[in-house]
Amino acid sequence: MPAMTYLQAISDAMREEMRADERVFVMGEDIAVFGGAFKVTDGFLDEFGPARVMDTPLAESGIVGCAIGAACEGLRPVAEMQFADFVSCGFDQLVNVAGKMFYRQGLSVNITVRLPSGGGFSGGPFHSQNPEAWFMHSPGLKVVAPSTPEDAKGLLIRAIRDPNPVVFLEHKHLYRRVRGEVPAGRYETEFGARIARPGSDLVVIAHGAMVHTALEATEDSEASIEVLDLRSLVPLDEAAILDSVRRCSKVVVVDEANQTCAAGAQVAALIAQHGWEDLDGPVVRVGSPDVPIPFSPPLEQAVLPQPDDIREAVRELLDY
Amino acid sequence: MRRMATETAQTDGDVPAEITAHLTLEDRVGLLRAMLLMRGIEERAMMLYRQGKVPGSFYDGFGQEAVSAGPAWAMHGHDRLCVLHRDLAAHLIRGVEPARIFAQYMGREAGITRGRDGNVHFGERRVGCVGMVSMLPDMMLVATGLGMAFKLRGERRAALTWFGDGSTSRGDFHEAMNWAGVQRLPVIFVLENNQYAYSTPTAGQFAVDPVERAATYGFPGVKVDGNDVEAMFEATRVARERALAGDGATMIEAVTMRMHGHAAHDDMKYVPTEQIEEWRRKDPIDRQVRRLEPLGVDVAALRDEVRAEIEAAVAEALAGPMPDGATATERVFAEAPALLEDGASPWSGF
Repeated sequence: MPAMTYLQAISDAMREEMRADERVFVMGEDIAVFGGAFKVTDGFLDEFGPARVMDTPLAESGIVGCAIGAACEGLRPVAEMQFADFVSCGFDQLVNVAGKMFYRQGLSVNITVRLPSGGGFSGGPFHSQNPEAWFMHSPGLKVVAPSTPEDAKGLLIRAIRDPNPVVFLEHKHLYRRVRGEVPAGRYETEFGARIARPGSDLVVIAHGAMVHTALEATEDSEASIEVLDLRSLVPLDEAAILDSVRRCSKVVVVDEANQTCAAGAQVAALIAQHGWEDLDGPVVRVGSPDVPIPFSPPLEQAVLPQPDDIREAVRELLDY
Repeated sequence: MRRMATETAQTDGDVPAEITAHLTLEDRVGLLRAMLLMRGIEERAMMLYRQGKVPGSFYDGFGQEAVSAGPAWAMHGHDRLCVLHRDLAAHLIRGVEPARIFAQYMGREAGITRGRDGNVHFGERRVGCVGMVSMLPDMMLVATGLGMAFKLRGERRAALTWFGDGSTSRGDFHEAMNWAGVQRLPVIFVLENNQYAYSTPTAGQFAVDPVERAATYGFPGVKVDGNDVEAMFEATRVARERALAGDGATMIEAVTMRMHGHAAHDDMKYVPTEQIEEWRRKDPIDRQVRRLEPLGVDVAALRDEVRAEIEAAVAEALAGPMPDGATATERVFAEAPALLEDGASPWSGF
């Protein structure tokens, strides 16, 4: 298997789907001639031409709305938000038009909206957000957030083929920092959790970049620490979460997002309601405080969860 | 900017005897029938609302029947429509059965949305219609995306969407018009200017007539007598030809009047009585009747036929069940693709 970066794996997923399925096309701001702000679609214009690699006007509502229209006719658009933060401008189309379409009138909306998300590199308040919870709260949207190159490719292919709107959160900080074996060819990764590292004393539940932070924070621990990578937030793999809780008894839930009502809040609530009997301590949460993600490195590091924050939470819970 | 000659007809209750050579007598009767059916269904549904059989509120398009009937008649079954809430005639022309529309109003299982959404918030995908959402004019972008799909696949098809005067204030209006202009997409934007967005008159909505804006997006805007069904047909026919030729979008401003309140609860006190009286003289159905009666069309028989169809539809809808509450959480996600399909192509010119 070839080794690829997370970014290359995402690119590979789209390229392979576009080669095999003419219904698939990509659209977004600066994705064609420039190859995308992060170069995810570099070379696509040459291979697939301007009709299927579409530079759009600077209009996120337009991007999502037009993708919906194209999908109603049987195409499979993959729309890129230049930064996940900008999806706020397309929020209405995604939440009110795409998310409710099938329930209301039985018309499926096969769109994938890619959100380069997350912080850690001084992107500031408008280039660092993790907006997954906005969409978890909106019925009719699937929400996935891979942490490895292999999953990034498999989940994106699965998303492109899903007849429903899928919000695909790809963490920018992983783009070139994470490299791994990626199977060749077109394969689908199911929307469910995976155990990133098995353990039995405590489980850290995370998604996206925080999976790596959790692995790093717990690699030297003398205790047996499991790391559960959610991968999919809608649907949420409740069985896998409760299974980890049953085996480990202690749980730390990590979000990079602002903590209030983040994905981890739903996980914690699930455990409180259905995993209570298996717990041997409080469900502990680690996440960003409820402030905009600041620009300057010392401020940003103080806000985003660091390995030490997870280490401390794990240590305290193990001692409980 | 091009303007239709029919604009002058706005000043009085009369209409030119013949607007276009592209309609047979059968077409012209079909247009009248669609408008009669729309009005009859909405009047009957308002009665059902007052009887407590329609939950929520009720919205109608009384006096605006020509705005949806004319354009829908000009579109082929493989074209696509994004239909607004005062455009019932479009659904009827595409082939949605009146009984399902009554069931829709009453929140019954046989309604187009199976009770999942109310009143005129529906589109039957099997006849190529996409239903609206309340955030207006979101469907302008969906229609633009439909046009994008046709262009991408090299198909000679067009998409049409209706939107109101209030909608022109929102960003999606701009994003859709701009996008369609930049990419020369086969889209027809029908501005249903009925003078009021809820209680706000157009003077409080825009400083420049939106039809003037079309040129700034790179395509023509035409102002049409929105109470003349044949003028609306003709403007749409021309716009569709333009779209199919690859020349891009057209905006049609249908000048009309919302003769009832925004919804059933709205007594419309904010509208001067004289304004209503003036527009009552321009009623689109009366005008079409005056056109066709001299040609020997038996309008009375047509009215009877429509009335009978409506009563049968009401009976059928009332006999159908309400949805089962236990199914409310089902079908949030699709298991398999369910896409738009073709509707009726009523125009004799196809």
